[in-house]
Amino acid sequence: MNFDLSDEQKMLGEQARALLSDLSSFDRLRSLIDSGAEWDEPLWRALAEMGFLGAAIPEEHGGLGLGALDLGVIMEALGAANAAVPFTSSIILSAEAIRLAGSEAQKAAWLPKLASGESIATFAYAEGPGPVFATGATLAGGKLSGSKSPVADAGIADVAVVLVAGGGFALVELDQPGVTRTKLDSFDQLRAHYRLDFADAAAEAMPGTGKLDRLIDQAAVQAAFEAVGAAEACLHMARDYAMERQMFGRPLAGYQAIKHKLADVAVATELARSNAYYGGWAAESSPDDLPAAAAAARLSGIKCLELAARENLQVHGGIGYTFEANCHFYYRRERMLAVHLGNRGFWADRLLNAQPGSQGKAA
Amino acid sequence: MDFNDNAQEAAFRAEARAWLAAHAPAHVLKPGEKIPDTEEADRGRAWMRELYAGGWSGLTFPKALGGRGLSGPEAVIFAEEEGKYHLPKGPFTSIGTGMALPVIARHGSDEQKARFIEATLKGDITWCQLFSEPSAGSDLAALRTKAVRAGDGSGDWIVNGQKVWSSWAHLTDWGILVVRTDPSVPKHKGLTFFVVDMKTPGIETRPIRQISGASEFNETFLTDVRIPDANRLGAEGEGWACCMTVLMGERLGSGAHRSGVEPLIDYAASTPDGYGGTMLDDRAIRQQLAEALAEEQGERFFQARLRTMVSKGENPGALAGMVKLAYAGRYQKTNGLALELRGLAGIAPEVGDTATGDVQYDYIYSTVMRIAGGADEVLRNQIAERVLGMPGEVRMDKDVPFETLKG
Repeated sequence: MNFDLSDEQKMLGEQARALLSDLSSFDRLRSLIDSGAEWDEPLWRALAEMGFLGAAIPEEHGGLGLGALDLGVIMEALGAANAAVPFTSSIILSAEAIRLAGSEAQKAAWLPKLASGESIATFAYAEGPGPVFATGATLAGGKLSGSKSPVADAGIADVAVVLVAGGGFALVELDQPGVTRTKLDSFDQLRAHYRLDFADAAAEAMPGTGKLDRLIDQAAVQAAFEAVGAAEACLHMARDYAMERQMFGRPLAGYQAIKHKLADVAVATELARSNAYYGGWAAESSPDDLPAAAAAARLSGIKCLELAARENLQVHGGIGYTFEANCHFYYRRERMLAVHLGNRGFWADRLLNAQPGSQGKAA
Repeated sequence: MDFNDNAQEAAFRAEARAWLAAHAPAHVLKPGEKIPDTEEADRGRAWMRELYAGGWSGLTFPKALGGRGLSGPEAVIFAEEEGKYHLPKGPFTSIGTGMALPVIARHGSDEQKARFIEATLKGDITWCQLFSEPSAGSDLAALRTKAVRAGDGSGDWIVNGQKVWSSWAHLTDWGILVVRTDPSVPKHKGLTFFVVDMKTPGIETRPIRQISGASEFNETFLTDVRIPDANRLGAEGEGWACCMTVLMGERLGSGAHRSGVEPLIDYAASTPDGYGGTMLDDRAIRQQLAEALAEEQGERFFQARLRTMVSKGENPGALAGMVKLAYAGRYQKTNGLALELRGLAGIAPEVGDTATGDVQYDYIYSTVMRIAGGADEVLRNQIAERVLGMPGEVRMDKDVPFETLKG
């Protein structure tokens, strides 16, 4: 057993962190919000140039052909930076859906462009309140009808992978008359969300069926890496602030009320990281273990980031409530990350259903 | 990253399995079997002898000292395989292997090593720990049991005081003991470490009646106990360093007990909910079980990361305390949930329902897990200070002669 990242993976993570700390500072995030930008396009181009977008896309389609753990260390860095890029939409969900379920022609048409960043894709699954992976949209005779909402990054995406009736995926280009994009008021100010209405939009079916579970299990592992990165960033931010801030004649960080709170955040984060590692390993090397591993990683990722984002702001006191302090980026993103891909209850079900011998599916 | 055994580990596991299959069954305790603690300790020694004869004792201990000199992962593999049998293992043997041996190996003289190590590995000598006192628990260095040189020129030490929470002190052969030899210096600096024969006149152990109903802990009274200077470990005044060696072993060894979550899922899945389904259909219950399971898996994989660090020669330090902190709290929550799910059957089980009896015991016992071997609060301080680099506690007693402190 060797339950650690490889030296190459650690180096990849360091490269990603270095790039993000150069290009995606908190001041940069603030200026994106102030200018009403939907995303950080220069950062996306830089990520493409470094090969990060194509990290897990097969080499024959223009990527590097790396695995889930390599992708995980990149996601961890993106989470730590609270980056305003459509990495989850375009790479983690859409490119992987095309790789899993697309025809050879669809893969050849889209994967190289997604790897290079030339095109952006998004994955459209929810249909308003109700089940998160909804299948009301229909695809018949190359025409897509129905609505998807909210859909992350749909304003900048060229194409959407749409979950449709029957559980399959449709590929639909978004710049066409049969598609209406309506911008929604996004709680995460650095991740735009849209409503997509399809009225007989030209779309292609993907031939692969029954791929949704695998897709979202893999994405759940990546979401856990992202959450761990963000939680650790919150932890360090809170620690650094408390070390500097003087209260009653000594650093705030010297008080047990603060120390114990942050120790709990550190424990939750390391447990989540451990589950994320196992999830990454299972995704790469032990697919039978993936459903349980992914659900555990997802649950502990949600838990650690919820705690970290809240306590980070709390440790900052009143300053944490200001736009000039940086706690709010994570505080908002945390809620988005907690519910995208299905919330705690959804993944709790999946974890129990993945237990050996479990017949106890909830009604 | 590979979670599975490599070829060498797989071969070691196969060897361990084969040996255990041949030798463990004769030592296994029967389910629900209640035996007197004297017999449990004797059977513990017998299993130690069997391990030693088979070459499975002291796996990570240096070969030169009678161990097998293996790497950490192999010891974990053996523990995993051994754990599949319900064997007579407990503090009556693990305090020797997990606490006395490391401190003797690190701080003991050659004579002490020759005298104690092999005998401990064989189960011929068992150990208890004489550390905590009525007014020195988490603040161990505040201990007041004192040792002074006998006035007769023998160099012997005369010890007086009281120790507490000394597991199995009534049935073990020797104790590891820390006492104050110099009250005129600050508290950490005036301590000295000894090994003491528990049959020495002046040692009296009294069992403590615990809330679990068991009495494995003792109060140990030391009245004019004479200890030869040859039984001092390390130099005078170096007792605290010895304690640290022992406590590090305690922390790393913690957290490998039975889990509790999977049996609880089985229980919920097999218990009717009164609405035509089972308790596992209840969303609130599902969520609590899933959260507990995710935490339990996180602890397991965190341990795997720590073991990997150890096998690479890195020191996990205070990270090891994170597992213990997480585990003890989750254990209490899980067993509390287990009783709650059982409803009234949890607080008054039917005759013969030993499974519920075990849960009740574990719920009671979980309280001491959050206290012993590093209380939750101590661990949180250590994590904040050593992992996160936050300031240490304000210590009023740090640079002050011990004898001037209030107590």
